Amino acid sequence: MTTELFVQYLFAGITYGSIYAIVAIGFNIIYNTTGIINFAQGEFVMLGGMIAISLLSFLPLPAAIALAVLLTMVIGALIEIIFIRWLENPSVLRMIIITIGLSILTREAAVHIWGENIRALPYFVGNEITTIGIMGARISPQVLWVVGVCGVMVVVLHLFFRATSVGREMRACAANRLATVLCGINPRNMVTFSFVLSAGMGALAGCVMSPITYTQYDMGTGLAIKGFTVAILGGLGHSGGAVAAGLLLGVIEAFSVSVVPLAFQDAIAITILLLILFVRPHGIFGSGEAARLKAF
Amino acid sequence: MKGIVSMVMMGLAALVLMVTPAAGAKSIKVGAILAVTGPMSFLGGPEARTLQMLVAETNAKGGINGRPVELILKDSMGNPEKAVSFAKQLIEEDKVVAIIGPSSSGETMQIKKIAEDGRTPLLSCAAAEVIVDPVASFVFKTPQKDSDAVKMIFEEMNAQGLANVAILVDNTGFGKAGQEQLVKIAPEFNIKIVENEVYDKAANDLSAVVAKVKANKDVQAVVNWSVVPAQSIVAKNIRQMGWDVPIFQSHGFGNIRFVEAAGAAAEGIIFPASRLLIAADLPYGHPQKELLLKYKKDYEEKYKENVSAFGGYAYDAFIIFEAAVKKAGSTDREKVRDAIEQLKNLPSATGIFSFSERDHNGLTKDAFQMLTVKDRKFVAYPPL
Repeated sequence: MTTELFVQYLFAGITYGSIYAIVAIGFNIIYNTTGIINFAQGEFVMLGGMIAISLLSFLPLPAAIALAVLLTMVIGALIEIIFIRWLENPSVLRMIIITIGLSILTREAAVHIWGENIRALPYFVGNEITTIGIMGARISPQVLWVVGVCGVMVVVLHLFFRATSVGREMRACAANRLATVLCGINPRNMVTFSFVLSAGMGALAGCVMSPITYTQYDMGTGLAIKGFTVAILGGLGHSGGAVAAGLLLGVIEAFSVSVVPLAFQDAIAITILLLILFVRPHGIFGSGEAARLKAF
Repeated sequence: MKGIVSMVMMGLAALVLMVTPAAGAKSIKVGAILAVTGPMSFLGGPEARTLQMLVAETNAKGGINGRPVELILKDSMGNPEKAVSFAKQLIEEDKVVAIIGPSSSGETMQIKKIAEDGRTPLLSCAAAEVIVDPVASFVFKTPQKDSDAVKMIFEEMNAQGLANVAILVDNTGFGKAGQEQLVKIAPEFNIKIVENEVYDKAANDLSAVVAKVKANKDVQAVVNWSVVPAQSIVAKNIRQMGWDVPIFQSHGFGNIRFVEAAGAAAEGIIFPASRLLIAADLPYGHPQKELLLKYKKDYEEKYKENVSAFGGYAYDAFIIFEAAVKKAGSTDREKVRDAIEQLKNLPSATGIFSFSERDHNGLTKDAFQMLTVKDRKFVAYPPL
């Protein structure tokens, strides 16, 4: 394999990996405060992209994206307030079913609003055929946007959860809800806040990846499956782990193409996932002890 | 809780009863199974809208043989299992005269036998040649043959002196059928297939496989055979890698939205497709020109979107159905079937149909026109 081809595969892998990681981080935020998986996470990604595309007819691109992220955050908050907040001690299973229902509901609403056609934001820099050379390989500048945004999100989130009091309150909420209440924190507000945050992250991801992957009303399901896989692989609740696992899965998928036909790409990825989970059921970066304390 | 559930169920049942149109005893029922939503919505959406428009138009003019047409439209979402249950429902419960659709080759192959056993004419809007080869007595299809599309592409490659090609196909029924035909017909044209890959219909990015194909220095041209939006991703990834290889695509590219999706990367893609896409450029006196312009104008005014070759396939299916019912003077399924086989020189959106006992497609290679993309628009190749 030439260096050029190696770098080309590597960048393809990093592109897939960053997309998976961004979705996985969204799962992690809600998991960290509620202990549940929000299966509507992929729909936040779709909504972000769709809203930005609609706003683009009135606003310049950066403003359209910013407003789309804000609107999706509002939708995230509304969803939580309307469907989840009023539940008294919901079981994990019930919450999962609610989020799956929300995912279907959002998709159906989207197909009525935007129709079944694919749409896309324009490339942030250049157009569909703009390319930049890196070590002999050629990639679209949008790939760097996806990777860059993914990196910034992880750093900001890490700081937020470690260094701010709201971030620490959210983590406390996940660790022990009762104790949090005793400390005078309202866990319900924290849950709402986690939905807002992950909706915003998802929406931003949806905008950045839209030029590459397109935006379609039903794109959320596929993204959610890959994102969920990556979240589990990296250890639920672990943002850095999600990024590492996302990149790992993406790179494996990209390089697998050189050995076996493309059609087997998903099979290879899933096989590796299973193997890793047999050895480390709590994910590569998750802590086994912490996993036993969680609901699942 | 139980009470609420049953109340809701009763409410729903009442609603269903209310919205089902009271079918007049004399209406002619035609079923349609189309992928209106889901991954194949690029096909089924325009097809469904075309049918709704044509049925309304026909009924406004007094229907067929003085009887109104009732369209029973089912959205299969591109799912073969759904298509199967809808086919059974349409044949056994709704007792339709004929079924238009499904949109995809995979679904059509699943319900071929059901239509055959139910002795109900099926006018498929899907392209794969296996639908009508071997011929099943009740199964017809309106899109051009994929073998003819392959021949058009290979002829053009011979003319340009391109011998070693890479083929990339999607994993739908259309993609697989195209792959078979490409491999089978290549030797006839002295074309060597040096790379052969299948990509997922829901793919987000295909730069890895494009890198692999590009690394093979023998490749002189790429055939990207697909009917899903992922085909635009292939074109983008090829150009983003700075690779200026000639790209050929199939008639599955015949929706301007694929061009919009690929943007600048679509420029110069060569593909065979229906004349509907360049109706305005056709010479005056072309037998399809007037009909194509009218369909294009009506559709675009009504739905505020560009016509696509796919909508054209549903247009054909309805025109054939209408002509057959008129010819048979009856809505008996067997008689309508016989009448379809006897239709000759019927101009429609995709081509001029002439059916026979052995030909249930009714089109020749002439139904294709080579097209290319110039300034984000379809134009004839070479220019008319």
